[in-house]
Amino acid sequence: MSQSTAAPAIAMLGITKRFGNVVANDHVDFAAAWGEVHALVGENGAGKSTLMSILAGLYRPDEGVVEIDGQPVQFRSPRDAISHGIGMVYQHFMLVDPFSVAENVVMGERSGGVGLNLPRVEHRLAELSELYGLGVDPKAKIWQLSVGEQQRVEILRLLYLGARILVFDEPTAVLTPQEAQSLIRTLRDLASQGFTVIFISHKLDEVLAVADQISILRRGRIVETMPAGATDRRTLARLMVGRELAELVEDPSHEPHPVVATGETILALREVTATGDKGVPALRNVSLEIRAGEILGVAGVAGNGQSELAEVVTGLRRTTSGAIQVSGKDVTNRQAGEIARSGVAHVPEDRLATGLIGGMDLSANAILREYGHAPLAQGPFLSGTAVSRFTDTLIAAHDVKTPGRWARLRTLSGGNQQKLLLGRELNGAPNLIVAVHPTRGVDIGATEAIHSALREQRERGAATLLISEDLDELLALSDRIAVMFAGNLMGVMSARGADREQIGLLMAGVAPEATTNG
Amino acid sequence: MAELGLLRTYRIERVPVPPRGSLALVTLGSLLAALVFGGLLLALSGENPVSVYQAMLGGALGSWNGVAETLVKTTPLLLAGLGVAVAFRMQLWNIGAEGQLYFGAIFATWMALFLAPGAPGWLLVPLMIVAGMIGGGLWGLIPGALRAYFGASEIITSLMLNYVAILFSDYLIHGPWRDPQAFGFPGSPTFPDAAWLPNWGTTRVHLGLLFGLVAAVLLWFLLRRTRWGYEISVMGENPRAALYAGMPMTRTILLVMALSGALAGLAGMSEVAGIGHQLQRNLSPGYGYAAIIVAWLARLHPFGAVLVAFLLAALTVGGDQLQMTIGLPAAIAPMLQGTILFFLLGGDILTRYRLVKRSPAVGAIASEGQ
Repeated sequence: MSQSTAAPAIAMLGITKRFGNVVANDHVDFAAAWGEVHALVGENGAGKSTLMSILAGLYRPDEGVVEIDGQPVQFRSPRDAISHGIGMVYQHFMLVDPFSVAENVVMGERSGGVGLNLPRVEHRLAELSELYGLGVDPKAKIWQLSVGEQQRVEILRLLYLGARILVFDEPTAVLTPQEAQSLIRTLRDLASQGFTVIFISHKLDEVLAVADQISILRRGRIVETMPAGATDRRTLARLMVGRELAELVEDPSHEPHPVVATGETILALREVTATGDKGVPALRNVSLEIRAGEILGVAGVAGNGQSELAEVVTGLRRTTSGAIQVSGKDVTNRQAGEIARSGVAHVPEDRLATGLIGGMDLSANAILREYGHAPLAQGPFLSGTAVSRFTDTLIAAHDVKTPGRWARLRTLSGGNQQKLLLGRELNGAPNLIVAVHPTRGVDIGATEAIHSALREQRERGAATLLISEDLDELLALSDRIAVMFAGNLMGVMSARGADREQIGLLMAGVAPEATTNG
Repeated sequence: MAELGLLRTYRIERVPVPPRGSLALVTLGSLLAALVFGGLLLALSGENPVSVYQAMLGGALGSWNGVAETLVKTTPLLLAGLGVAVAFRMQLWNIGAEGQLYFGAIFATWMALFLAPGAPGWLLVPLMIVAGMIGGGLWGLIPGALRAYFGASEIITSLMLNYVAILFSDYLIHGPWRDPQAFGFPGSPTFPDAAWLPNWGTTRVHLGLLFGLVAAVLLWFLLRRTRWGYEISVMGENPRAALYAGMPMTRTILLVMALSGALAGLAGMSEVAGIGHQLQRNLSPGYGYAAIIVAWLARLHPFGAVLVAFLLAALTVGGDQLQMTIGLPAAIAPMLQGTILFFLLGGDILTRYRLVKRSPAVGAIASEGQ
């Protein structure tokens, strides 16, 4: 490549970063120009976040140089990076809820001694908000703002601190489709005013819509950098995974679904109400049914009651009213172990926090459901040979890539952890599968395996409650889609021919004129 | 704001996977470093480090008598260390082994002097074992129950109960249990012969050592080969996963704290039945606290505890010998012991973390940026 113009805004040359034996970035060269939206795409674990964390001063590279306008720089903290004009908007916002926008911004400032001139800050923020069309009120408290607005506060904060290169880590993951559209417009605006925007994502449609340039990372290396106009979904997907993937390339909603399930009702919720961790109502009179051989997908922006829904069904959270039945048997507020024994598999939201034990070996993780039963259990004892055989069978059946059953679970990649967990949960041929974000943080290969496992279970006649933030995944797998907002079930619709626009409106809490048909 | 210059050039980083064999190497290195540092201190106070170390080693392991004394001290350290280890496995921070040891001793004394004083040895010793374990177990169960039912921190409650147990023991030997023939000296009457644990030859090594070794094997088996041991490990490593799998959390907390206390109680029983043959003041010079070091340095492994308990006992015995053989000031021995422990624990951290040098340019940019 020959660059005729001046040095790029940001250049990362020969960046290598290792974590133990894992090479997260392997001699990566990356450059972005002023006024450009540069997308960085790749599977989970490809090294995108590591590379950008180096840029944002969170990590130091083992090898390589970072240059701004051709001048080498080195950062020892995010504060260093921002003083050089580089700021990052993380997936999880770094905001203090009870504080106002201006107060949150001031927290990031170190200069100016002890005095605090809040009106001056508010004035400046209002100017910036006006200038870049962010529409943020500096006096608003964070808790009053929607997720999309909070994200704009993060952007405003970086602009206030003087950032000219803005890095976004999967910014649309937490947004409704409408909010995502509005963010994309904001990013284009910023680029047109001379800012450099770096956009990390694995959602190819978005990337094609927003980016000028696209760089693809695979296994820690940049495999290609090209203008967005010169490529398409198919090419990007192939470059990301290094092979063709039928499912990704086609529009996923065209997957032929089997005939509408007419089996017996497996899961039934009647008027279920529950309280969230913060003591506020998280589920409000939720009623739904799932039949044998059916996948019900639950869509919604994070934090609208989906997690709590999965928890009450699997016995990890108590209901405050209402009833839950599995295969006709009342399981309301029963212990998690008892519910599991009545044929409920649970792929929890955060596998390492709930479903697996990171510090223990694969055997210990494999037997978590079955350790109390023969042949694993011999009276009060555990049979070592039976445990080994059980674990090896599970590893082989679900293609878990590992040095052996004695390996610590934490050393496995996210995808392999999830395959082991799913295999364990499906082992007893469950009637009901509760799967929460089953493919979050796993690579595309494992995603495929997990999707086909869930489809197989449907063929077998299992009922599935599938909770995901990925609309493509929901449309590809589900028979019906339910949308949750603020603890309410906004509507249930057939997944075939479901209208994304309508789902998006429901996710934002806008009730449709014609109501549910589920 | 002034920062330490050292932190500008170095930073501490967690080692993701400790390399194989690093533990043995670091332990040896730590010991060596401790000896050098201790030697420096000795030289400063005008002693010859080499002869002091020779005396220490000779005192602990250089004679059959020294070895025997080391084994005598190994016994309570091992039993209480195993008790602490099993609780720590479940992330129950029982630091009340000292009090549980005292209550084991109190219950065993109660059995020997008041409940079954006339029983023959084959019956009385097992009865005292049971009594000692029940005493320690109950004393461990109190913080266990407070934790299981009310969420009270077992760190605080188990620590506080140490003082209660020690003072209660003092009350007994000054008051109701005082030996009327002891001319006013505090202490219970001497146990009947049947309550004495048999000794190994003419040494003071007694059957309690075997209790400790058997307990280590049983505990290893329990943790590695039983459903209950598996549940303990899962609850310790990830309580939410235990809840997810439907494991009985409350019951296990109670049982583990009781087991932990029972092992420390057995240490107390073996001290009164094997060494003192009466309940007396200063029954334990802090075995219950040293047990925490034993458990930690052993990485909560039962067989590791055997080794560490022996090492710690040798340190104590060797240190005591210094005063007697070469007449060093009393403060030197604990100082050397402290030095060695300090380096061992510090070295233990080195196997899990490492010091990484920052590239010099980074520091330069940083100061320029201020």
